[in-house]
Amino acid sequence: MSSRDIMLATIRHAISRPAPDGLPAVPPPGDLPAYRRRLDATGPEIVDRFLERLRDYNVHVEVLDSEAAVIAAATARLAALGLDRLVIPADLPAAWRPAGVTLVEDQALDHQTLNAIPGALTGAALAIAETGSIVLDGGRHQGRRALTLLPDYHLCVVFAGQLVGLVPEAMDQLGRHPARPITFFSGPSATADIELDRVVGVHGPRTLDVLFVTGPTQPREF
Amino acid sequence: MSNATFTSRAAKSLRNSQLRRNINKATTTIRGKTARVTAELPDWEALRLAGREIKRSTLAELDKHLIALEESVTRAGGTVHWARDAAEAREIVVRLTKAHNTDQVIKIKSMTTDEIELNPALEGAGIRPYETDLADMIVQMGREKPSHLLVPAIHKNRVEIRDLFRDQMGSHGEGLSDRPTDLTKAARAYLRDKFLETRVAISGANFAVAETGSVVVVESEGNGRMCLTLPDVLISIMGIEKVLPRWQDLEVFLQLLPRAATGERMNPYTSIWTGTVPGDGPREFHLVLLDNGRSKILADEVSRETLHCIRCSRCLNVCPVYERAGGHAYDSMYQGPIGAIVTPQLKGLEEAGSLPYASSLCGACHEVCPVKINIPQILVHLRGKVVESKRETALGKLSGENMAMQVASRLFNNQQALEWSLWAGRLGQKLLTRDGVMPWLPPPLSGWTLSRDFPALPEQSFRDWWKQRENGK
Repeated sequence: MSSRDIMLATIRHAISRPAPDGLPAVPPPGDLPAYRRRLDATGPEIVDRFLERLRDYNVHVEVLDSEAAVIAAATARLAALGLDRLVIPADLPAAWRPAGVTLVEDQALDHQTLNAIPGALTGAALAIAETGSIVLDGGRHQGRRALTLLPDYHLCVVFAGQLVGLVPEAMDQLGRHPARPITFFSGPSATADIELDRVVGVHGPRTLDVLFVTGPTQPREF
Repeated sequence: MSNATFTSRAAKSLRNSQLRRNINKATTTIRGKTARVTAELPDWEALRLAGREIKRSTLAELDKHLIALEESVTRAGGTVHWARDAAEAREIVVRLTKAHNTDQVIKIKSMTTDEIELNPALEGAGIRPYETDLADMIVQMGREKPSHLLVPAIHKNRVEIRDLFRDQMGSHGEGLSDRPTDLTKAARAYLRDKFLETRVAISGANFAVAETGSVVVVESEGNGRMCLTLPDVLISIMGIEKVLPRWQDLEVFLQLLPRAATGERMNPYTSIWTGTVPGDGPREFHLVLLDNGRSKILADEVSRETLHCIRCSRCLNVCPVYERAGGHAYDSMYQGPIGAIVTPQLKGLEEAGSLPYASSLCGACHEVCPVKINIPQILVHLRGKVVESKRETALGKLSGENMAMQVASRLFNNQQALEWSLWAGRLGQKLLTRDGVMPWLPPPLSGWTLSRDFPALPEQSFRDWWKQRENGK
């Protein structure tokens, strides 16, 4: 018998004994306690909560009233930070590409090359208000995972139309393409491993900036 | 039972005041944060109940879900391996690593790999494992054992850490100060080289979804993302109890875990991947399903829910025993209340039979557990097993505890004998009593008074008083 068969046989033997408290072994479907699956709040309230969470995380956010404002905002922010080279996913819209910086399209760049580029500019799959999370799934305008991992700076464009209230709403949407590589980030990387002193920025981008577009949004697509 | 017991190890760590200060600071801070972020969710209780129900129903059909997971991971381009015990899991990982002709691997914090003692096996095969979680790296450099599930280097101070880094990080450690920001910066630079040059990564898994084959790792530092993204080959080892049936189940646990663990609304980074994706991440993915005693726990109806644990460590942070004794007293990678039930069941009562007694049964752990594991009930259940197994040996039959219990059982069955013995006891205790208690009892009862006083028998028993009252009427 293979290890697989032995393990399965052992497990089947183990679970053949019923629970002692007389509870049914398998609760009937739909019987889960009713936790919230949607945030009961208005659109502006959800936006406010998201922005508040990002500020809690010390993320620099700029709220823009239309997509047309992205280039100007990105250009100014990059100039302020002194960043002159960014890697971008090949499908990044022309309407987001800042002026005055070198933009390197990711055409299967090797890791060493990516590592030497100081920043990345991408979109997102969605964002979660309750937790202040931004989620990337490798879909449109996001690029592959290494692109937003190796550079030390990440500028991310998020649309109000991509914002959901709670984690379950996000999982519903992500569940349409569960096989995509998914990354949630909620605040900067951090450690408290040395004497419980919180140090922000361990691995990955140490600075995350968000351009949050409230106005007319790009069409939602998953 | 091994010679060193929880009590003897705790006696040692109680003398380490630095350790106690660190642990007190850690647990107090995290307790405050978890209390705040769990209280702010109006449906926290519903989420806990849902978490428990999902775990319970999953375990009830565990075989089915593991087979489904195997199918979906394979469909997504991964390979599934089954390991009955630690030795088999080690053999699988070493073999897979060697097949890629590499002499080093990078690792994400994983209690499962600690449990199977993977690092010595890799070293024995000429493969150097690099821990990439900051605390795990510190523990590894110091050749020590972790002292807390989530903050394993909580027993180390900054100067000790600086010395380790200076000693072992080559040029990245030169002239290093002991400021945590500088230490972290040095670790970032040192590990970035490792992330870029190493071809095989080893991880654990927080969850795996049977219906999609997706595996989840939650983390704070970003070393996980590095290991999951950059190498050519990824090997993930997960206990069989980590499987979840449906994608939707993640929405419950991704809320429970960070809030209960670190007191954050969400941990900084969560990665979910499914098999392999061309052009993004490792080209080869292996998932090792580990039993190593878990099916034995599953077979025990009372302690079965031990397997609900999502390794948040919240029970450690509320435990008065852990806070004082520290993690090393548990002599295991699983510490605190959950360790006191997991370790004896994985290692056996002969090896870890003192751990079920490492508790005052106050119940704080049960109260806060995000999946509602009834730890005190399981502790008592395991204590019963320890006593049973001891009674099976000749030495155990002759132990003070067993003899005292046998005598007590006779006395409580016979009124005259009880009254006589109480009279004799009141006479005999005079020499031993100080302020209404006996701080020391002679053998074979001396074991009881090692760590507690025995209350002296009152001058008059209730029965005597009752008799007197009746007569006086």
